[in-house]
Amino acid sequence: MISRRSFCKKSLLIAGGLAIPLSCLELFDPKRLLAEKDDTGARWVFLVDTRKCVGCGFCVKGCKVENEVPYDANVTRTWVERYIVTKDGKTHIDSPKGARDGFPNKGIDIGHGRLEEIKDDDIEKAFFVPKLCNQCDNPPCVQVCPVGATYQTADGVVLVDRSWCIGCGYCIMGCPYGVRFFHPVFHVAEKCNFCYHRITKGMQTACVDSCAFGARRVGNLRDPEDPVTRVIMTERVNVLKEEYGTKPQVFYLGLSKEVK
Amino acid sequence: MKSHVWRPLVVVLVVIALVLVARKFLVPADFGVGARGYMYGWHRAGNEQQWKDVKVKYKTAAFCKDCHPDKYDEMKESPHRNINCENCHGPALNHPDDPRSLTIDRSRELCARCHTRLPYPNSGRGVMKGIDPTTHNVGLDCVTCHWPHDPRKEGHKR
Ligand code: SF4
Ligand code: SF4
Repeated sequence: MISRRSFCKKSLLIAGGLAIPLSCLELFDPKRLLAEKDDTGARWVFLVDTRKCVGCGFCVKGCKVENEVPYDANVTRTWVERYIVTKDGKTHIDSPKGARDGFPNKGIDIGHGRLEEIKDDDIEKAFFVPKLCNQCDNPPCVQVCPVGATYQTADGVVLVDRSWCIGCGYCIMGCPYGVRFFHPVFHVAEKCNFCYHRITKGMQTACVDSCAFGARRVGNLRDPEDPVTRVIMTERVNVLKEEYGTKPQVFYLGLSKEVK
Repeated sequence: MKSHVWRPLVVVLVVIALVLVARKFLVPADFGVGARGYMYGWHRAGNEQQWKDVKVKYKTAAFCKDCHPDKYDEMKESPHRNINCENCHGPALNHPDDPRSLTIDRSRELCARCHTRLPYPNSGRGVMKGIDPTTHNVGLDCVTCHWPHDPRKEGHKR
């Protein structure tokens, strides 16, 4: 015979015990997993034409000012690399201060304030490659963020929640493109976000507006009439490190095999 | 409840309950799953709006045009037509309310960004008009001789 006291105790215990896993389930409601799959908005992408870039670095300057990245700190959301391939088959690459001040001389910056001079006649080919966050479709930086501070919006842009980031640096390690860094003022992970405050207002990104040569363009991949989408669909575009499976959404025209 | 087998279980359940209660208070109400699911969209929804609200600093030439149509038109006719006013004049920010917020850059270095000659045949740089800044009128600002709004015209004579 079960006593009333022990019946009450046991049923309370079982009810309580069941309530806990149930409240856990509430946190992982599968219906919210399917949350409005919004395919109607934009999917922001970027197009870089390396043949047009002249390495003036106005994009880097504009980006730093627009996005409040301290001007003199050696970090930047976007940067421009110079590639010089010489006739002996060597590739020389530099990006002094991310090309914040452009490339004011012919010498290649080899660090410690020293320049390596390359004779004009030795140059096989030379060009500039602007780089920025690829807003990957499979962003590893988001997967490794333990707290959900780095996330991807429905329109494809990867954002960092400054008040939620704990500064663990996993995303900085996880990004195969090395586009992430610690913001020297906010002390949280920082990256290019395609000037989210501008593109969502119908404007261009600051780097696109600063570029007088049309080397940078931003577009909406879900709009078949978008001129950038047209180029991506019909011309021979390339992405960086495709083999990583991150599905980068920054497309390059005129990319050369020396560019990694 | 006297059994030594049950006691640790109760402790575990209490701890779990405490964690869940603490979580309820610590995690913002809008923290949840967005359109891209748990793998990519696990975030605080309000943060999207916070990023959208960031202040725009560069307002583009279309903004300058309203008050300075003469300058705008002169630029549009010149070989410098694709350069936005703010590349040299600094971001419009609170201009015109606070005219001093403009930071005009008339330096040699600014022009040298494009006009230092670099012999790079495979990029746009190779075909640009360039000089060697170490020999070309060293010490003078380019705007002394060249008018930046239309480089075909003469600059400010001192
Ligand atoms: S490029 Fe790097 S930071 Fe940008 S989305 Fe991809 S993995 Fe993340
Ligand atoms: S502003 Fe345009 S041309 Fe100049 S470095 Fe940047 S991408 Fe290249």
